[in-house]
Amino acid sequence: MNTWIAIGLTVVGCYAVKLIGLLVPAGALERPLVRRLAALLPVALLAALTAQQTFGDGQALVLDARAAGVTAAALALVLRAPFLLVVAAAVVVTAGVRAMGG
Amino acid sequence: MPSLAGVAEQKALVDLPAAGGKPDSVVVRDALGVGVAVGLSGFAFGVTSAGSGLTLLQTCVLSLLVFTGASQFALVGALAAGGSPFTAAAGAFFLGVRNAFYGLRLSEVLRLTRAVRPFAAQWVIDETAAVALAQPTRRSARIGFVVTGLSLYVLWNLTTLLGALGAEAIGDTGAWGLDAAGPAVFLALLAPMLKSAAERAVAGLAVVLGLGLLPVLPAGVPVLVAALAAPVVLWAQGRGSGR
Repeated sequence: MNTWIAIGLTVVGCYAVKLIGLLVPAGALERPLVRRLAALLPVALLAALTAQQTFGDGQALVLDARAAGVTAAALALVLRAPFLLVVAAAVVVTAGVRAMGG
Repeated sequence: MPSLAGVAEQKALVDLPAAGGKPDSVVVRDALGVGVAVGLSGFAFGVTSAGSGLTLLQTCVLSLLVFTGASQFALVGALAAGGSPFTAAAGAFFLGVRNAFYGLRLSEVLRLTRAVRPFAAQWVIDETAAVALAQPTRRSARIGFVVTGLSLYVLWNLTTLLGALGAEAIGDTGAWGLDAAGPAVFLALLAPMLKSAAERAVAGLAVVLGLGLLPVLPAGVPVLVAALAAPVVLWAQGRGSGR
């Protein structure tokens, strides 16, 4: 039930922000500070989520095979690999390290 | 469906030519390139969502009705970590806020009639905005938006279903390293955003807050606190330039 509540809220919230952008007159959200904040907000969220899903295990911080996998993804990004290859690198390296008992 | 108001709006518009410039076939090819490549990554979402304990129906409803990847990954990650439905949804919502700003730009470029906007809204995401806003004319922007949106929507939902079915079939997704797909997706979305010192400062501070607060705050809350890195860095920057 909790999962459905979360899904319902996300569906409504995410659709609402998409629609608001198309409906409000241009200029309403065009103040430089608002634009700047809107550009930086996903940076903060994505950085925190990347770190947490790499090192978090419930409420504990751990160093396991995922760190190796995400490092491989970072390397693939530096080498300008396409999106799917970046994700594949993370998955394959994580599985490999785990298979070796890491 | 053109309306009188729509025609008046179009006549008043001067910033974009209505036609000419780029052949339609080139726009369609570019749009399909983006739509297909990113659409296939719905597979990673399906696997991650099923691995996070969501049912097949829940996973598919997310891709059908939320249809903005980062928010979907964030939601299932927060739920898997034991977050409350409200903090989990809040994290997903804040990630989706950027789509409002794409919508602002797109409504100027596409000039949609009021009746069409509620339907077009679901496709206002990173990829459709990137393709449509890169076009030289209104016609090619509209083609780019529709082709990217349609190909991405169909494929993203199809691969979500296949990914979720696949995850159920193989059982322990962790053994296959599939729990690393989520953070890799976030990193791939984040990397092109790290253009200047301000972005890197925000990312660094957010990582410190996100990891530092993980052991002490309820699941899902540390990400929301880490979002404060954005206004904090902006404020510090404003102070710095004010002196």
